[in-house]
Amino acid sequence: MLNTYVVYVENKPGVLTRVASLFRRRAFNIDSLTVGRTEKPEVSRMTITVDADHDQARRIEANLYKLVNVLLVENITSQPAIVRDLAMIKVAATHEARSHVLELASVFRARVVDVAPESLTIEITGAEDKIDGLLEVLRPYGVLEMVRTGIVAMRRGKSSSTVNSAAAADQDVAEEDVSHSV
Amino acid sequence: MASMTRQSMTGASILWECLEREGVQHVFGYPGGAILPAYDALKGSKIHHILVRHEQGATHMADGYARASGQVGVAVATSGPGATNMVTGIATAMLDSSPIVCITGQVGSKLIGSDAFQETDITGVTLPITKHNYLVTHASEVARTIREAFYVARSGRPGPVLVDITKDAQQSTCEFDWEAAKPQLPGYRPDLSPDRKEYEQALELIHNSKRPVILAGHGIIISGAMNEVREFAERAGIPVALTLLGLGAFPASHPLNLGMMGMHGEAWVNHTIQEADLLLAFGMRFDDRVTGNLKTYASNAKKIHIEIDPAEINKNVKVDVPLVGDLREVLHELLPHVESIDRSEWLDSIDKLKGDAAVRDIQNLPDSGHLYAAHVINDLWRETRDGDTVVVTDVGQHQMWEAQYYKHEKPRSLITSGGLGTMGFALPAGIGAKVARPEADVWVVVGDGGFQMTLCELATIVQEKLKVNIAIINNGFLGMVRQWQEFFYECNYAATPLLNPDFAKLGEAYGIRSMTVTERSQVVPSVQSARQHDGPVLINFRVEQEDTVYPMVAAGASLHEMIRRPSKIVETAADE
Repeated sequence: MLNTYVVYVENKPGVLTRVASLFRRRAFNIDSLTVGRTEKPEVSRMTITVDADHDQARRIEANLYKLVNVLLVENITSQPAIVRDLAMIKVAATHEARSHVLELASVFRARVVDVAPESLTIEITGAEDKIDGLLEVLRPYGVLEMVRTGIVAMRRGKSSSTVNSAAAADQDVAEEDVSHSV
Repeated sequence: MASMTRQSMTGASILWECLEREGVQHVFGYPGGAILPAYDALKGSKIHHILVRHEQGATHMADGYARASGQVGVAVATSGPGATNMVTGIATAMLDSSPIVCITGQVGSKLIGSDAFQETDITGVTLPITKHNYLVTHASEVARTIREAFYVARSGRPGPVLVDITKDAQQSTCEFDWEAAKPQLPGYRPDLSPDRKEYEQALELIHNSKRPVILAGHGIIISGAMNEVREFAERAGIPVALTLLGLGAFPASHPLNLGMMGMHGEAWVNHTIQEADLLLAFGMRFDDRVTGNLKTYASNAKKIHIEIDPAEINKNVKVDVPLVGDLREVLHELLPHVESIDRSEWLDSIDKLKGDAAVRDIQNLPDSGHLYAAHVINDLWRETRDGDTVVVTDVGQHQMWEAQYYKHEKPRSLITSGGLGTMGFALPAGIGAKVARPEADVWVVVGDGGFQMTLCELATIVQEKLKVNIAIINNGFLGMVRQWQEFFYECNYAATPLLNPDFAKLGEAYGIRSMTVTERSQVVPSVQSARQHDGPVLINFRVEQEDTVYPMVAAGASLHEMIRRPSKIVETAADE
């Protein structure tokens, strides 16, 4: 099954390589990996989705913790979470197709971000299946180009995952509603 | 005093100062362009530098030093080829959890990425084979990095750490402040411990077990838990089987000692494991060489795994109770609650499995005129068993015979490359062991193949005036590969016969007292004369060419399916 991890790492050169290299070396197959800044400049946050069974999922977590630069690992697969992917889709849209494409975009609450004589570029944010759905209906018109960010995820409610890079991170992340702010 | 703690120094001087403060007395290295500023600053240091002949040797020496002493071993090399020559030694240390720190020079920070002369991305190259590594580009980063490197290398599950320092970081100056350069490793957690519930579950399994076995691994030696393991085994009446790297963790002469398990373990040990109802894995990682086929491995046994590295839990074998933590501390917690249980029925049944194999004495077998490696090793054991002896073996048949016929009583008395199986390890690792423990009697036991991979280090022995004894088990073959060809490739001995030089003459050329032994009666006198000589000695034992290590569990076969020695050949058959 697809597991989603939120991983906090030190914002240092080469850390992304260390994480990616770990998955390659242990033959775990990354489905998606995104990385970006957090509210703390010295900390980066990754969202990683991996296809793994229960035991593999535990080993992935343990192996991530073996990397010295990894601060906190949370497997949020079984927890209520907001999961978002962003896509930009460039669709062939000549005069007669244009209104159909615009209609479809509005049904999916997507936005048109660029208009050209022969094409429209649509931006959509949402869960992966929503984007897959829009893509499906746009395909007959001709998808000229597409880019997706890969998913980012955050737990719902007051549960939050933050980490203080200057203090030892709390490793017990299984409990509900535990804030890791230090 | 303030001026003493904060002073302006070059990165190179800070490097040696920090190594001294970490307790380093010896480093093994080889100079070159990008590390020259560090070598230039060595003259002000109390550290003794041992010049090797190849950087691979430096890493194995650091590894041997670490395994013999429990202290961090240090290897130094230049950029590019110097650094890449370290790769095999680093991987060896990684697989066997050996704490070493490798210092490499790197081209100037402005040249990085330009394919400059002798530039290699060594932090990239060694990423999967180090516990952690660093690229240092400023003198101000040297102190903290060295402190972190030593801390990471020796804490938790130990391992190799590489520190790559650019030439300009060595040359430039900055304020040196040891106190301010404390390690900052917010994500590093070497000190985990099990919770109460897990201890209780473990104790319940132990007390309910009728046929338990302790699987004793390298972790016992690393953790220093020999006394705790012994107390545990004696109190609970549980027999102890050892991994290759665990040899010495439990005394071979102890009544509860079974011997080595796995591919070339004694048959009764593997049968005992297969019949057990509880395995207590102490600091071992269920390597494929000890489990055989995982589907049939100890299928009726519950498993308790005491292990410091959480990533080892359920990696190969699914366990019922994991106790993640330092073995010594975990056993301290368990011991007061372990009940004394009479398990004589189980122990008696194991004795029946042994038959007379355990007591057969190969010395009493008639001399057939052939010299077998097992005789050499058994005689070596008899002659050196009472002293402070360290045997350092290479990889292959001689390594397995050593494990079978040399009875190790003490920890750190056997040093061998287990996980990576690195040929060429023994000679340099033996040098490292001798430097770490100059009072010990160090014996390098090495095959004719592996010896020729790193024999250049004979010169290091002579230059450093080290009393290292070298026993070459010379059968004119890559023996273990030949054995596999015999069993699994219809005796097609492709590329395994070796045409060797005269090793005794070679030793003499280096100025090492050397001799050749071809008969069984010469073994003991040669070992005695080597021990009496106050310089290094090389003995070339010309042994039976096509001898075979028995028993053997073929790769992927079940642990109880062993290839046994054909009964008509009995000369070396102590394991029959």
